[in-house]
Amino acid sequence: MSVPTIHDASLLRLVYNVRVRAILYQVLAVAAVVLAGLYLFGNMSAKLAEQNIATGFGYLGREAGFTISQAFIEYKPSDTYAMALLVGILNTVWVSAIGCVLATVIGTVVGIARMSSNPLLSWLMLAYVEALRNVPLLLYLFLWYALIVAILPNVRDALQPLPYVYLSNGGLTVPALRWSPAHTGVLLALLAGIAAAVLVVRRARARRVATGREGTAWPLALAALLVPPVVAGLLLQPEMAVNWPEKGRFRLSGGLHLTPEFTALLVGLSLSASAGVAEIVRSGIQSVGKGQWEASRALGLRDNGAMRLVVLPQALRVIIPPMTNTYLSLFKNSSLAIAIGYPDLVMVSNTTMNQTGQAIEAIALFMLVYLGLSLTISFGMNRYNARVALKER
Amino acid sequence: MTTTALQAAQAPLRRPRPSATWRRRLGPFIGTPVNAVITAVCLALLLWALSAAYRWGVTNAITEGGPQACKGRAGGACWPFLATKLRFMVFGYFPYDQHWRPLAALLVFFSACGVTMMPRFWSRRLVGLWAGAVAVIGVLLYGGVLGLPRVETTKWGGLPLSFMLAFVGLSLGFPLGLLLALARMSKMPAIRVLSIVFIEVIRGVPLISILFMATVMLPLFMPEGVTIDKLLRAQVAIIIFAAAYIAETVRGGLQAIPRGQFEAAGALGLHYWQSMRLIVLPQALKIVIPPLVNTFIGFFQDTTLVIIVGLLDFLDTVRSALRDPDWQGIAVIEGYVFAAAVYFVFSYGMGAYSRFLERRRRMGYD
Repeated sequence: MSVPTIHDASLLRLVYNVRVRAILYQVLAVAAVVLAGLYLFGNMSAKLAEQNIATGFGYLGREAGFTISQAFIEYKPSDTYAMALLVGILNTVWVSAIGCVLATVIGTVVGIARMSSNPLLSWLMLAYVEALRNVPLLLYLFLWYALIVAILPNVRDALQPLPYVYLSNGGLTVPALRWSPAHTGVLLALLAGIAAAVLVVRRARARRVATGREGTAWPLALAALLVPPVVAGLLLQPEMAVNWPEKGRFRLSGGLHLTPEFTALLVGLSLSASAGVAEIVRSGIQSVGKGQWEASRALGLRDNGAMRLVVLPQALRVIIPPMTNTYLSLFKNSSLAIAIGYPDLVMVSNTTMNQTGQAIEAIALFMLVYLGLSLTISFGMNRYNARVALKER
Repeated sequence: MTTTALQAAQAPLRRPRPSATWRRRLGPFIGTPVNAVITAVCLALLLWALSAAYRWGVTNAITEGGPQACKGRAGGACWPFLATKLRFMVFGYFPYDQHWRPLAALLVFFSACGVTMMPRFWSRRLVGLWAGAVAVIGVLLYGGVLGLPRVETTKWGGLPLSFMLAFVGLSLGFPLGLLLALARMSKMPAIRVLSIVFIEVIRGVPLISILFMATVMLPLFMPEGVTIDKLLRAQVAIIIFAAAYIAETVRGGLQAIPRGQFEAAGALGLHYWQSMRLIVLPQALKIVIPPLVNTFIGFFQDTTLVIIVGLLDFLDTVRSALRDPDWQGIAVIEGYVFAAAVYFVFSYGMGAYSRFLERRRRMGYD
């Protein structure tokens, strides 16, 4: 036995040491990722320099120069790219938010109808769900858009399914309130009222849990709910003028006009998500055992109370996590807007990219926005889920 | 005496009166006033929809002639459009006289799928089968050997392209997803963090953005002189996207395996890879097969997004057929209904297969 062998043995022991090896693997993995990133970045910089493409986000401050067919904030082509991007973000959020609400309402109705004791109704709802789930969303978007543009009459002979609601190949026009800052003030006051009422109810419940005495909190809660908006209404005096659409000879004027692109996208997104919501609601309610209904009846609760106090809290636990995924995928699917020309975040970024040639920055920006909003939604839903989840002690 | 009384008591049990059966059968439909109303409304809706579809598809439909015959029709379907454009919609711009090649490739693919779906053929030999199938399909589509003329990937399109994007995306995304899932469950923090960041970033952004990135940014990443085919770029995006979603599905299965299994594998002296390969993964994958098939259905439908970066998949060849100057604006609904029917058949088939596997698992065959 010579010295080197002993040295080798200790080295070997070091290599076979689990902890040392774990550290080695991690260092190797991180190094590989970093080296690959540096290599790709190096290639990229070389190519960009060679093709004379500018880098950096300086372009955001320059004039955009293109029009956007639908904008919630004042926007004109002479505004900056940053402004155009903001308009795109707002459009994405707007269509996703309305889509989520519609999908939840339609999906809940369909999901409950699916559990009906009437086989015909239940079968029809199954057909609805399967038809939506087995055909790509993009195809539906094209189909709805084609239906609106090709099948509906032009504005001169617009259909009128309800009074003052006009449907034509130029889109959907509905009456709308003439919005003013006073309205915004009342709305904010109403939100404050809701928050105050929730606070009152929570404190009342906490007191009941602590002292065991049933107080009468509802008059206070009602006051907390109603007083701020009423006071705001009296102070600000919002004008209750409705902007009715009017049909002229060639065009509609007034009212809230929804473009065909927006209508097709909204219908497509909310219907396809509603199929997912229906299945989630159904499986959630069915996951609560029959014994829970029977037990709550034995405790003297009526159907309504049993649903609200016993079944729904348990069903929500099953419903919330997949529902989060459905909302998230609706939000991400709104990016398909580019296929039918709704000016969402992706479409605005795409135009920006074509005009400035700065593809990397544009793509990175919209990916960041999506990632940020996705993480925000899932964070919020996780917080809510933690509240309704089973408390294991 | 007792016998007759018993027989009398049992008689209605053995042979229920016809009216009772009818009541039992119709009960769910018209048992209560509410149910009766629901049934009436549903029937009316169904009849209205069916008769409208019949009028559109049969009574008022045009079955012969060209675009001219369809132009002045009264609200019916224009079937000659589908008949004329069928080959283009299915095979895209693949050279017309070579259409038998993608057709044969599709048949090989379907047969291989059919064999794979039958549990009795589940064995290691499937790997050989698929290797052979992929080789045959590659030769058929690409050509250049055996006297087959070479067909550039820019000419590929239609249904074969859709299936190819989905199949290659899944078969390469699956091993990658498996590794990501294992990395996410790993005890080594650096590896876990890398995996979590990758999975969450990919899942947090829409597929379109990854496709954009692959088509626009991938060429910039490559060293001087290396160019990547457009089809390949989109395929890379789909593989990456699939891997992140498969990783999360597989993680669900891994988490369902009790800790005791990991510990027992360790106690037997198996090292990490052995215990994963022999003990943990076989159990975990069996659990996740049904949700995995559902993920596959989603990817098959998501391949339609490649049209946004300019590839001619099945949905896009249908749209190109609709834009043909001769037929422009004539048969829009027919084209989309046809495409929807094709996607529906394959997606529904996969869904039914997933339910079959789930039932089989619950009955304890595996």
